[in-house]
Amino acid sequence: MTSKAMSLSYLQGKNGIFSWIFSLDHKRIALLYLYSILTFFIAGATLGVLMRLELLNPGRDIMEAQTYNQVFTMHGVIMIFLFIIPSIPAIFGNFFLPIMLGTDDVSFPRLNLLSWWIYIIGAIMALSTLLWGDGPADTGWTFYAPYSVKTGTNVTMAVLAAFVLGFATILTGLNFIVTIHRLRTPGMTFLKMPLFAWALYATSWIQLLATPIIGITLLMITAERVFGVGLFDPSIGGDPILYQHLFWIYSHPAVYIMALPAFGIISEILPTFANRTIFGYKAIAFSSLAIAFVGYFVWGHHMFTAGMSGTARVIFSVMTFLVAIPTSVKVFNWVATLYKGSINVQPPLLYALAFIFQFMIGGLTGVVLGALAADIHLHDTHFVVGHFHYVMFGGTGFALFGALHYWYPKMWGRMYNKLVANIAFVFLFVGFNMLYFPMLVLGLMGMPRRYYDYLPEFHVPNMISTYGSWILATGLLLMFGNLIAGAWRKREPIGRNYWKTGITLEWQTLSPPPVSNFDRMPVLPKNGPYDYDNKPEIEE
Amino acid sequence: MEHVSGFSLPNSGHNRDAEASKMGMWLFLFTEILLFGGLFIVYMVYRSLNPEAFLMASFELNVWMGTTNTVVLLVSSMTIAMSITAIQKGNRKLSIQLMVLTLVAAVIFMVIKYFEWSAKIEHGLFPGQAVYDNLPPGESLFFFLYFFMTGLHVFHIIIGSIVIGFAIHRTAKGRTTKEKYTLTENAGLLWHLVDLIWIYLFPLFYLIH
Repeated sequence: MTSKAMSLSYLQGKNGIFSWIFSLDHKRIALLYLYSILTFFIAGATLGVLMRLELLNPGRDIMEAQTYNQVFTMHGVIMIFLFIIPSIPAIFGNFFLPIMLGTDDVSFPRLNLLSWWIYIIGAIMALSTLLWGDGPADTGWTFYAPYSVKTGTNVTMAVLAAFVLGFATILTGLNFIVTIHRLRTPGMTFLKMPLFAWALYATSWIQLLATPIIGITLLMITAERVFGVGLFDPSIGGDPILYQHLFWIYSHPAVYIMALPAFGIISEILPTFANRTIFGYKAIAFSSLAIAFVGYFVWGHHMFTAGMSGTARVIFSVMTFLVAIPTSVKVFNWVATLYKGSINVQPPLLYALAFIFQFMIGGLTGVVLGALAADIHLHDTHFVVGHFHYVMFGGTGFALFGALHYWYPKMWGRMYNKLVANIAFVFLFVGFNMLYFPMLVLGLMGMPRRYYDYLPEFHVPNMISTYGSWILATGLLLMFGNLIAGAWRKREPIGRNYWKTGITLEWQTLSPPPVSNFDRMPVLPKNGPYDYDNKPEIEE
Repeated sequence: MEHVSGFSLPNSGHNRDAEASKMGMWLFLFTEILLFGGLFIVYMVYRSLNPEAFLMASFELNVWMGTTNTVVLLVSSMTIAMSITAIQKGNRKLSIQLMVLTLVAAVIFMVIKYFEWSAKIEHGLFPGQAVYDNLPPGESLFFFLYFFMTGLHVFHIIIGSIVIGFAIHRTAKGRTTKEKYTLTENAGLLWHLVDLIWIYLFPLFYLIH
């Protein structure tokens, strides 16, 4: 009896809603985050599909210009602040960081729970803007002054929501840094940590050191709206360019908050399905830190056309190009990992491969935008929208889906239907590229972004793009449906290491893991975390 | 499965780890510095754009009150540091007394601040008041930043006082001891930061001519 009680999984034991929303267990908090974040993702994606529907034909299709402005703002706010910034760290970081380090929780379990509650409060604040006054903000998610100071829509509440959500990010980052420093299992030095932990470490530092700047900037926007002082409004002595600087000092590093954890996921999936050690462990680990560091000094590339000295522009442009170096170091190492591996094609690997392909397009179009001359032409066109979605959705989004498929058997001790997963993947891959590649073309042709209408010559690519959005939406429905349906499939014994070739510590414990994560002391491979030559034999 | 029962990891996240708490506090302080850092950047930019107006406006501030407050805060930093030393030596009573002294200093600071602010508001210098609205843009920015930055600072004084209040409570209950004094130490760290920020605010608003 007692031994049975001890091997209860984290899903069993205490029941009822309060055992979840007040749980201190990092795995339960991760699932809270998972369900809330994916809900907002579906809401944001729905708004995206509506925007594409409006752009199907020139002129008005389904909504007025003002509604369109509010829809793209809401889409941006939800996708950025409620979905992609917390996504991978808050879900998979929370769930797997402690397990991968061989410990039973994060350093501050209470703070961890608090961060989820703050996230929910921020989300309620953001969504409340739908219900009262002149409706949700129509400024775009960037809240550029002076318009954000003047518009009658609920900018103040949206801005305060983003401010509150920032706290959740900071607390998660703080928690992870301390956890990585203090709770690694005996024998796991920094250079024996899994690469996902390295990616989270770099991410957490950005979360910690960049988020306060946006916090104070958003407070200033609020103060300006409430007291009518001329901080950023030029008609009363303010400087709108200063707002842009402050905003991007945070928001550029923030795109690495979104991207770095995805790199970590890919670095986990590839060795497992290539059944060999990762190529260039140290290069991948340190390139995360390099990206985090260089990423602080490139914010000006969002403002090449906003008014800046020539010298500043050249410096920001060169720094932007520099980011490409550590990023491509990663890509080369991932591809080299596959070389001569014994490749096992499974759904998570497909997502990882799609990630590499799409992230490369996203990264290279980023270099195009970082070039001063090209940016003058491409600034504020659909090219930027295409680039951003290739990086964020084609990159981070696909990595998140890959992670869901990779860790699904570990998290729930069940399995989804692989055939359906593969079909859903094909829909997602085709739909995604059909949706966003035409945007790159449209941008080169000169179609501006954030317009609900366009000239007739842009019609065909816009149609293709909208058709793509339907294929993508179908893929999303199939994928989520398949993952949810897994809950009703007949339970088969999953075993500790479902993929057989998983080597990091989470594959040494039960599926799903017990409350205290391990039922016996985890064993480290001899030479680093991906040492397949000395992979410990783990009995069931 | 006998080995299952009773197994627990040595490196548990639920262990008491004073080192981790302190590290967490330091990381939090970094975020605080960056929070005010954004405001310092704004101050710097607008001061360099409107040097004359900032100078004129700064004459409105009462240097004596500012100086007194600086002294009060410096003394409070000393008392909280001494209270940590006291608890390290096992003297709980002295530690509590010193923390109470720190709180007294915090109250004095806020009372002085209250008189300073109400003098400005009487002169109509708060954003939205008649005099303020007719100030040249540079001067109004100065007063706005003055209220915003000192206001945010006072907010931190209040938060810091609450944390010290908790530390006093814990010490009085006997849960903070010679061996376990992380909360007192962290309260001290936070308090020093609040002090440090004032050390920068004071010359920026009152002294630079």
